[in-house]
Formats: sequence, structure tokens, C-alpha cells
Amino acid sequence: MEIPYNSTPRPDTGLYNAKVGIWLFLASEVMLFGALFSSYILLRVGADPGMWHLRPLNIWLGTINTGVLIFSSITILMSWANLKMNSFEGFRKFMLITLLCSVAFLVIKSIEYGSKFSHGIYPKTDTYYAIYFTLTGLHALHVIGGALVNLYLWGPGSKMWKTDPERFTNRVEVSGLFWHFVDLVWIFLFPVLYLL
Amino acid sequence: MATTTQSNPHHDVSDSHHHGHEELSFWRKYVFSTDHKVIGIQYGLTALTFLLFGFFLIMLMRWQLAYPNQPIPVIGGILHFFFGDNAMGAVKDGGGYFIMPDFYNSLGAMHGTIMVFLAIVPLAFGAFGNYVIPLQIGAPDMAFPRLNMASYWMYFVGGVVMFVSFFIPGGAAKAGWTSYSPLATLTDMQYAVNGQTFWLVGMVLLISSSLLGSVNFIATVIQLRAPGLTWMRLPFFVWAQFVTAFLLLLAFPPLEAAGIMQLMDNLLDTSFFLPTGLMVGGSVSMADKISGGGSPLLWQHLFWFLAHPEVYVLILPAIGIVAEVLANNTRKPLWGYKSLVYSALAIGFLSFIVWAHHMYLTGMGVTISTFFQTTTMLISVPSVIILTTLMISLYGGSIRFTTPMLFVLAFLPMFGLGGLTGLPLGFNASDLYLHDSYYVIAHFHYIVAPGTIFALFAGVYYWFPKMTGRKMSEVLGKIHFVGSFIFMNAIFLPMFIQGLDGMSRRMYDGGASYASDMEAGILGLTAESIRLNIPITHAAFGLALFQLPFIFNLFWSIKNGKKVESDNPWEATTLEWATPTPPPHGNFTEQPVVYRDPYEYSVPGVKKGFVAQNESAE
Repeated sequence: MEIPYNSTPRPDTGLYNAKVGIWLFLASEVMLFGALFSSYILLRVGADPGMWHLRPLNIWLGTINTGVLIFSSITILMSWANLKMNSFEGFRKFMLITLLCSVAFLVIKSIEYGSKFSHGIYPKTDTYYAIYFTLTGLHALHVIGGALVNLYLWGPGSKMWKTDPERFTNRVEVSGLFWHFVDLVWIFLFPVLYLL
Repeated sequence: MATTTQSNPHHDVSDSHHHGHEELSFWRKYVFSTDHKVIGIQYGLTALTFLLFGFFLIMLMRWQLAYPNQPIPVIGGILHFFFGDNAMGAVKDGGGYFIMPDFYNSLGAMHGTIMVFLAIVPLAFGAFGNYVIPLQIGAPDMAFPRLNMASYWMYFVGGVVMFVSFFIPGGAAKAGWTSYSPLATLTDMQYAVNGQTFWLVGMVLLISSSLLGSVNFIATVIQLRAPGLTWMRLPFFVWAQFVTAFLLLLAFPPLEAAGIMQLMDNLLDTSFFLPTGLMVGGSVSMADKISGGGSPLLWQHLFWFLAHPEVYVLILPAIGIVAEVLANNTRKPLWGYKSLVYSALAIGFLSFIVWAHHMYLTGMGVTISTFFQTTTMLISVPSVIILTTLMISLYGGSIRFTTPMLFVLAFLPMFGLGGLTGLPLGFNASDLYLHDSYYVIAHFHYIVAPGTIFALFAGVYYWFPKMTGRKMSEVLGKIHFVGSFIFMNAIFLPMFIQGLDGMSRRMYDGGASYASDMEAGILGLTAESIRLNIPITHAAFGLALFQLPFIFNLFWSIKNGKKVESDNPWEATTLEWATPTPPPHGNFTEQPVVYRDPYEYSVPGVKKGFVAQNESAE
């Protein structure tokens, strides 16, 4: 028994199954982060006067991380485009750059966390830091999750290129869509937590 | 619970694989299966077990309400053995064991949680959705079979976490199924990991499970419909599940976010939901432990943003089942199929903007209350359209009074009663009086218990022959129906009276401490409404008694039920009856093609009285 439209699009919808699945999943992710952003707004609006920190984070590190993520969004797109152009080597190269970017992002993020901890600042310090650590922590978990999938596709998962290249290309596309979403969340997080 | 994942004897007949691939091991076939039918049955049996367990919890509570502080008969000693002195106090002169207040709170919180998240939703959505949707749309399986398996096992582990929480120090969660902060954070604070922690972890697992399930359902309906099965030819059951899946997909994540925040409040001492100046017991200030600055209302907003759509998650699949059974047993097409579909879609959309009608009493402001009162009245319109459509569908039909049809016929007025009594709760002014009273309990139980659960029973009786090749006993089924119908009403009708009398819904002693005392000049609950607790409790035990025929019937009929003569014993039109019985792995022997609308019964000029969806025009 074979599930239809696993790798080829269904004619009337123009989509293969995983693409429908990932967009639905991303819709639910929007609601997850949307709820947290709403909580941010409510906590900020409801904070006692003078109790909300304004720009307490290192804007330079945040800017660098924003650049790293946007760059990695481009490279993962390139890795998919290379597969479409039938260049497996190009895919490997760009996916590797994407992976290195994720590691760089996480290293910078942990430097930021570390400096807060060393100043005795934890989630319990006040509601600003509570929502800061929750939002960025959950985002970092998404980075780790996406990076693990990318690592699998770059490593053992890439064997599928030989047996079912079309489906493998689709997998990279789906993983790329998730990665773009992770990038997009950060593009909202950065101004909200660092700049406003 | 351990028995729920075990194999069913009736699978033995499904060995005749049509596609000739290698035999799977026992574990892959029945336990870690990716076949939507096995997963559906796993969901069904697990959920039915939890349904029974949740019912046991409420029977203990009912005993306490009717006979406050009297020892629990028969099983008091067993409960004391498991839960100890903190949960089960001993009567002084050695007369047995009674329920302590904290344990009563645990029972109440877990009854709600288990019934909603572990029993009804998995049964309505997980079990029937999984089993029936791919069959009704002519698909070989779900779009993502492995995600489907992961979804079931996450649900199972989430259920185990919830169940285990009864046995940890301090016992299960006590803050109600709504887990309002700060109560949920402050209860059992002496334990670092307490019942509430288990509740939150369990919920995160259940939410992830329903996320995987809903992605799968929607993708399946979009992608795997058989050729010719256009959107307006879908059986209404598929539409109902489709809308339900969207509700689960989009409404659950905010609760996941809220759950993560409450988990941090409980474990990392953050103050998301804890306000500045919080005191415990009127004297102990929390200022040295927490920073404050949080908002208790934030939790309520996030919780009800899920929990109101959740109400429609409970009822929509039930309406889907009702529509199928009703069309099949009236032998005529559903009246106003398109109105049904558009109403379900309208309900799905509106259910996202009514949540704060649960919060009129919080003082969130008149403007917001007015907005949510308006949307709440709006959402009753499509609900009434659905009910009216189904009622009119009965008109002029030659009704077959089979067991599933009896449950459906009872569903209609019961759901109507539950829905209509909801209107005073949707209005701001009357809700201030009725809020948190037994009136509320009666209202939503009328929708979920004689409403949804009756529809689910109808579904079990209706699709059982497809699952096993045998019908359930009609005699036992009718006994089950009559008893359930009488006792359901005997339980919930008096609760309206109690609620109107002002009885609060969370009373350990059945309201005795708020009773009127004319000599002391206290005007409180009347003695009559407190006394009503006793017949209600008796009716609850009666209801339990009448579930025995069902449980017996369910298992006995697998081997001994009347064999069905054909693959289509109910003479139905939809595609699930076009498969072999029971359907093999891969479902259809050949890809079905759909030529017509879902309910072509009593077609003029057709001798057998119905035309299946996959019958081509001659």
C-alpha cells in the first residue's frame, strides 16, 4: 500500500502531502508564538510604573544574531535550489553553512544568557526577564530542532537522494520552510525585546 | 489501562491482505501500528477506559455530596490503602473511611480534565476520526501514518502522567480543570514537583498529540479524497471532523504557551500569573519569594482561548455522527446539507471570538463583556440552524428505530436543552447570578453527557459491524439506551433547580455549610435543594448500572454478535461501506470513484431504495 501524493503534487490542489502538513504546522506555531507575544503585550501594559526594563539587552549581539539567521535563511534556500538544479554537492555545501550558522546563533545566544546569569539575572527576577527567557528559550529550542533535522538531511538522510531524489528535495523544502519560520519569529523577537 | 492497547480478537479475521506484502510482527501490527484503523481502535479503547475512570471519580464525589462525611461503602478501605490518611480520613468510631477535602478537590479537577482531554476528545476525534475519515473519503490510510502513531502514543503517555499523579505526594492537581492561577501555583507549594506539575506536563503531551492528529486529519481530507469526491460531496461527518481539526490546530497552542508559563511559575518562581502584593491565607506575603507584576487574568484569557473552541471540539464530531446515523435511518437525504456545512464553518470561525464569556465575573470591563456577549449570541445562530436542519430531516422519513438511531433521537432534544440553557449564561446580566453554580454544571453536562456521549454511543453501535463484521446485540443496546436516557435526565435536570437556588459548583459538603438557618437569621440554600443531592447521587449509580450491558455487549459481540450478511449491513450510501469487512490494510480492494452526493436515499425509481456514492450513473 502506498500513500498517494507523497512526492508528486495532487493535480487539483497543486501540493504534495508534506507541504500541506508543514503549512498547517506553521499555522499552529504562529498561534503558539502569537499567544506568547500577546502575553508580552499584556504584561508590559499591566506592569507597575517604572518596573518594565527598556532596552536592557546587548543590541549588538542581537543584531549580529539577526544577521546570522537571515543569512542562514538564504543558504538553506540555496541548498534546496541546488537540489532542484541537480547539484548534490552544492546542496551539501550550503546546508553545511546553514548548520554552522545555527551553531553560531546558539553560541551567541548562550553568551548573552551567560552574561545575564553572571549578573544574577534569572527568569524569576521580574516579568520582563521571565518573558524574555521564555520567548528566546522557546525560540532557541526551535533552532535546535530545526538544526537537528537539517543535520539529518545533510548526513544520513541524504542517502535518499540516490533512491528518491524528488522526495528528498521535498524534504529539504519542508525543512527550509520551517527554518524560514524560525527566522521570522526572531525578526519579531529582536525589535520587541531588544529595541522597543 | 494496561489492557487498552492489547489486541482485539476480531483482528484475526483481517489477515487476508490484498496487497501481498510481508506479515508484520504482533507488536508492529497491533501495538505500534501505523494503520489508521488499528490506531482508531486503540484510541477508542483507551478513551472508553478513561471515560469509565472519570465516571468512577464523579461517583466518589457524588457520594460525598449526598452523604457528607459518611464512610465510603465497600471500597473505602481500598482507597485508604492507596491514598493514605491525607486523602481518606477515618471515621472516629472505626466505621470506615471518608473523603478529605483536598482529595475531593483532586477528584473534581481530574474528573473534568480526564473527561474532556482524555475521554471525549480522543473518542470523538481520535477514534472515530481516525477510523472513519480515510474510509469515507476513499483513502488507503492517513496522509502521515507514522505521525498518526506518534499522536496516539503521546496521548497515551499524557494519560499515564495524569493517572500517575494521583499517587504522588500531595496527590493530583486540585485547582479545577481550568487550573486558574494563582490557586494552581499556590496549591501544594510544599512539594517542588506536585500534582499541578504533572497536570501541566500531561497537558503539553496531550496538546502535542492533538497537534499531530489535527495536521494529519486536515492534510488527509485535502489531499487524499477519492476521484470525484468534491468538497460538497463529502459526508457531513468528514466536514465536522475537518472543522474540529482546525479548532484543535489553532486553539490548543495558546494553552501550550500558557502551560509553559504556568510551569515556569511553579518551578522557576517566575510571576507570569502572580500579581504584586499577593498574600496567602490573608497574612503570609509572597513578596520575598516572587517578584509579582504578573496577571491572573492572562491565564484565564489564554485558557479560555483554547477551552471555548474546545467546547465545539466536543460537540462537532458528535453532530457529524448524528448526521450520518440520522440520514441512514430515516432513509432520506439530510435536509439542508449545505446549511449544515456552512453552519459548521461559521461555528468554527466564531468559536475563536467568544472565549471571554466565561470571564464576566472577573471585572474585565463592560466594553469587553458587551463584545463577547454579542459574539456569543451570534454563535447560537449556526448552532440552532444545525439542530433545526437535523430535526426537519426527520420529517416524512420512514424511521428505523435501531439502537444507534435511538441514541440520535435522544441526542437532538438533549443537545437542544443544553444549548438553550446556555443562553442565560451568555448574557452578561443573568450570568452574574448563575456563574459557577450547579446551573452551569447542568447546562454543559446536557451538551456533553446526554449530548456528545449519546452520539458517541450511536457511533459505536453504528460502525461496530464495519470494525468487526458482527452487529452488537439490539436487546442489550436498547436496555442500555433506555436506562441511560432516564438516569441522565434524573441526574442533570435537578441540578438546574439547585443552581437557580444558588448552590455553588465546588462544595465539599453538598452545600450544608451554606444552608438557610432561620433561627440564626441566615438566608442561604434551601433544605429542598440540598436534599436533591441524594436522588441525584442515586441516579448516578443507576446510570453506572446501565453501562454494564454496554460494556458486556461491546466485548461479547466481537465473537458472538450476529454476523453481517454483506459489507453494507445498514444499507448506507457512504464509502466506508464499500470496503471489505473488516477493512484490510490499505482499505479498498480498488480505488473507489465517487459519482454522487453523500445521502442518496429513497431515490425515485431505484428499487433498493438507496444509491451508494460510488455507484456510477446507469
